[in-house]
Amino acid sequence: MAATVTSTATTGKTWDGGNEPMGASYGKMMMWFFIVSDALTFSGFLAAYGFSRFKFIGTWPIADEVFTHFPFMHGVEAPMYYVALMTFILIFSSVTMVLAVDAGHHLKKTKVAIYMVLTIIGGFIFLGSQAWEWKNFIGGEFGAVETKGGSILQFVEKNAEGEYKRVAVADFAAHLPTSRVDKTRSNGIWFEDAPALPEFTVEEVAEGLIAHPNVVIRTETIDLNTKKKVVLTRDASLEAIKGGTLYVKGANLEHNEYGHKLFADFFFFITGFHGFHVFSGVMINIIIFLNVIYGTYEKRKSYEMVEKVGLYWHFVDLVWVFVFTFFYLV
Amino acid sequence: MAHDTHGHHESNLKRIWTVFGILSAITIVEVIFGIAKPEVLFMNSLFRLNLLNWLFIILTVVKAYYIMWAFMHLEGEKSSLRWSIVAPLVFLIIYLVFILLIEGNYIFDVFHESQYKWIF
Repeated sequence: MAATVTSTATTGKTWDGGNEPMGASYGKMMMWFFIVSDALTFSGFLAAYGFSRFKFIGTWPIADEVFTHFPFMHGVEAPMYYVALMTFILIFSSVTMVLAVDAGHHLKKTKVAIYMVLTIIGGFIFLGSQAWEWKNFIGGEFGAVETKGGSILQFVEKNAEGEYKRVAVADFAAHLPTSRVDKTRSNGIWFEDAPALPEFTVEEVAEGLIAHPNVVIRTETIDLNTKKKVVLTRDASLEAIKGGTLYVKGANLEHNEYGHKLFADFFFFITGFHGFHVFSGVMINIIIFLNVIYGTYEKRKSYEMVEKVGLYWHFVDLVWVFVFTFFYLV
Repeated sequence: MAHDTHGHHESNLKRIWTVFGILSAITIVEVIFGIAKPEVLFMNSLFRLNLLNWLFIILTVVKAYYIMWAFMHLEGEKSSLRWSIVAPLVFLIIYLVFILLIEGNYIFDVFHESQYKWIF
């Protein structure tokens, strides 16, 4: 071992820089350090998601029923297709990144620049897709009623094939006269603050439920034999609505029309954290792209910086592969 | 790999596109299975996780392997670097997931088998 030799010449060679332990340069090694620690951070988040899901395994939302939107296809239930598309976008931008690295090995400046641009565009498309996904998740489509115990009652109706499909609360809720108005500080003199009025009161939803004999309630509970959410009978539905306290549409950190609140919390936190990584990845890609254009790496006769940022970019793709599995598939 | 030791690089284009094909194929298979949900896989469980989910997790690990080995180019690195990256990740992640999932499952059982509801 070199460390046991005491002559200054050898220690100088070993410790004075320029050395490449494990055959990786300093920068590349540090990128790997970062990636390993970041990978552990993400596994911590996903494991925490798994913990909460196992804790509430009997009532956890079914992903197919939550993410059903596809651009320009209104009212069509398209579970999974959209996220699959997002996965393709990210995998493809990984391919253009690795092509840029490959072109860098041959010192082809123009090719590197073109592939970097394609990668950046892929990154932006992915970010846009994620924003759209969030918009649908936050906005919601059907609405539901939250009970005193914090669970969610959704409303379904049998369609022609005899399957239960969700109905929007707005389609059946009654309109009861109310004296309450939405106040803001601009139109109320002594008014300080109050939560915004929900679109419907629980009484209106209950009235609507009574008036529409086809509508029944679907609970959060999963039937172990069919692995589907339990749908109540008409009588049980009318009984269950009495426990309602709040009309909920869409999802935020406190309420979630799709089911358990923790599902929304983890969704926002994990996909948000991943989206933040994609965003920083795009920013770093842009910086490296500018350096490529300016010829910084041409002068250096080495495109290793492209390789390093490529490592980060592939890591972001790697994380998405796991997010895709655990949020949408499993 | 040989081409890394000599300072000049041969092109990896063929490998890149092959891996892209493999990753796309796996994703398509996942989506097909996710939508079809075959009874045989979906209704049968191994260690309280249904076979379909096992399939998804295995396919995900295969995808992760291809991304790390081909795109992040671990196949061209020295095996010492490869192991310093993969071994801690594999060990720590399996460890953490094992502990948390067992604990989560235990709490579920407590909620269901005993009279506690919100004490945790």
